[in-house]
Amino acid sequence: MLIEARAIRKSFYGVTVLDDVDFTLHAGEIHALLGENGAGKSTLVKILTGAYRRDGGTMRLEGTEVEPRDVAEAQAMGIGTVYQEVNLLDNLSVAENVYLGRQPRRFGMIDTKRMEAEATALLARYGLRVDPGESLSAYSVAIRQIIAIARAVDLSGKVLFLDEPTASLDAREVEAIFAILRRLRDDGLGIVIITHFLDQVFALADRVTVLRNGKLVGSRAISDLPRRDLVGMMLGRELAEETHSRSAAPPADTPAPIRFRGMGKTGSVAPFDMDIRPGEVLGIAGLLGSGRTETAFLLFGIDRADSGSAEIDGRPVTLNSPHDAIAQGFGFCPEERKTDGIVADLSVRENIILALQARRGWSRPIPRREQNAIAEKYIRMLDIRPTDPERPIKFLSGGNQQKVILARWLATDPRFLILDEPTRGIDIGAHAEIIRLIDGLRAEGMALAVISSELDELVAYSSRVVVMADHRQVAELAGDEISAQAIMAAMAVEAA
Amino acid sequence: MIRARNLPFAATVLIFIVAYALCVMQFPNMLSTRVIGNLLTDNAFLGIAAVGMTFVILSGGIDLSVGSVIAFTSVFVAVTVRAGMHPAMAFSLALVISTAFGALMGLTIHALSMPPFVVTLAGMFLARGAAFLLTTESVPISHPFLDTLGDMFFRLPGKGRLTFLAMLMLAVFVIGAIIAKRTRFGANVYALGGSPQSAELMGVPVRATTIRLYALSGALAGLAGIAYTLYTSAGYSLATVGMELDAIAAVVVGGTLLTGGAGLVMGTLFGVLIQGLIQTYIVFDGTLSSWWTKIVVGLLLFAFIVLQRVILLFHGPRGKPARMIPAGG
Repeated sequence: MLIEARAIRKSFYGVTVLDDVDFTLHAGEIHALLGENGAGKSTLVKILTGAYRRDGGTMRLEGTEVEPRDVAEAQAMGIGTVYQEVNLLDNLSVAENVYLGRQPRRFGMIDTKRMEAEATALLARYGLRVDPGESLSAYSVAIRQIIAIARAVDLSGKVLFLDEPTASLDAREVEAIFAILRRLRDDGLGIVIITHFLDQVFALADRVTVLRNGKLVGSRAISDLPRRDLVGMMLGRELAEETHSRSAAPPADTPAPIRFRGMGKTGSVAPFDMDIRPGEVLGIAGLLGSGRTETAFLLFGIDRADSGSAEIDGRPVTLNSPHDAIAQGFGFCPEERKTDGIVADLSVRENIILALQARRGWSRPIPRREQNAIAEKYIRMLDIRPTDPERPIKFLSGGNQQKVILARWLATDPRFLILDEPTRGIDIGAHAEIIRLIDGLRAEGMALAVISSELDELVAYSSRVVVMADHRQVAELAGDEISAQAIMAAMAVEAA
Repeated sequence: MIRARNLPFAATVLIFIVAYALCVMQFPNMLSTRVIGNLLTDNAFLGIAAVGMTFVILSGGIDLSVGSVIAFTSVFVAVTVRAGMHPAMAFSLALVISTAFGALMGLTIHALSMPPFVVTLAGMFLARGAAFLLTTESVPISHPFLDTLGDMFFRLPGKGRLTFLAMLMLAVFVIGAIIAKRTRFGANVYALGGSPQSAELMGVPVRATTIRLYALSGALAGLAGIAYTLYTSAGYSLATVGMELDAIAAVVVGGTLLTGGAGLVMGTLFGVLIQGLIQTYIVFDGTLSSWWTKIVVGLLLFAFIVLQRVILLFHGPRGKPARMIPAGG
């Protein structure tokens, strides 16, 4: 047993992030660590690699109890880490990146010649022929990722943690990195990989450990784990679950006024068609990293599509920026409320009128009396508490902040509203209210697209559900086909 | 082939050579070892301080205290020598004080995670105030030891002289270049300038490097102050106001990226020489206002900022196709 961690506990500000989690890693094994956002997997990795200190539990490395105090100490013990983005230094040369902090010296001076020769030899073992004196920035992300792996293995040598090493790589590059990882495994290294791509898990891993809400769901060998069982473990429900009854009306079979055809962006979302009708909620389901948020970004013009077209009321339109989308009457409540949604220091009133004001143009300010009236209206309508429109929004609870953002877009009277995880991080009471609100807006004839990881929720309000996996739309369910079971089965479909 | 990251340095050297050639075409007398010797001597204190500034800017920081530290050091040396202390002793004390002052600023920057701009701005006022506290008047000094140093020179072919100050500055540049490129401290400075987060994750001792960095800048500002005292034979608390900005200009015109992480110490030498060359040209011309130096330096600065942006755009990530040989092979 290379790493044996028992009952690891960690909490931040009284919130338990890891609750008695066990984790074991064998030498010569590739182990995938899976879980949705907030499952605690990155916290676990940070504890095992020394970036965080644990609150409780034990960790053994090759049978010896250890507690690395920082990343450098973990490295010295043999535990190396390759992070997704912040990793190497673009401005240094390849050789300097590999040997930073342990450059070979001669008479107290760095022996650049020897360092570059050693870097060349080391990287050649990874099938890489690069100019060791060239700046790292000259090379592609895939090459840099391999260099990062080479550095980490050379530095540590027993355990390698990889945090989403293949995000933003193409298929050929992913295969090259996988080949390297397989070879390192065969050499006896223990490798832990965090990834959101289920295909990659099945292609590469020997074993998976799934976390959910800070708890261990299970650890299984990949060979006897059917794909839908894995999805079930991640979402925390058995596939045998009952179909929920739905209140949403079945879609009218009318031509859609908003149509997307062949919309897609390389490396982000494969081309898809989408029809949006008033009085309909389109649910978008998918695991984290399946491309669901990227889809919303394309629809709202935050990312530019590199293929496809959009058509509104029979006329082609371009959606190259949120400004274009807002002009077409679109609204978007992003997933990251704290960073992308609210302006923390502005008052509730100012946050509500933001989008309306942007649409009118800054040269025509909304009169204060009208602002007050709008704020009062939505505070009453959405039951925002406290009711004081002048209170800075940062003092409101998550659920109420979400309502303010909703109010911001409702004030612009949108014809199409996109909501990304509208119920994440808010309490149960507010949760039910938001769902009721979505249903109410639909009944009034608004068109909505809602992204959510909560299957019950999607089933409750969606007229149709699009299911995404591995950056593609894999299924569209309508009417009576919609059930948590059907959505999950669709998610588990193997990519072609 | 010149690597992309060295393009700004090459541009600086080229600009210097072209500018010098243009000057010589107009004033053939400028092509003499005497002009070159004077160019080095007159800008010695600026050059020495600019080496320290190069390290600070390479790390992504800035040191605004340089001009004030030079003034403080020169006043300190003048006052203590006037009081009867041997100049060598006064120099050593001045260096200890300026180094400690720099180290303290580095510690503050790291411990409070404050922007270097703010901390060194406070340092600038502190050092200037301390200089005024010692004396507000210009203190002339004379001492046989100082005369010996002042008379030390190598005769160059022609009528030029390579003075002690010029040799001191060149030595500082050579040692600075070696520290930057051939020591782990130097590599760590570049690493910090690339990305402090990545540097920390890769095990760079951020705290120790930051402290040593500003201590180095303080020490070199102190040394520049000593050079300034030798050059003017006086200490004056109002001297070298705003000189840190000349040093920053020399660093950037020398091809160092103002945001840190890329540049060469030797580039700064040419940055200093270009500034000196413009001044020399104005002296030769005799009709131009000396403010033209500022205007030309301003234009050059602007040109270099644009140049660096352009290089970044064209040589950004994924510029170079890397060859992959089959894995395992």
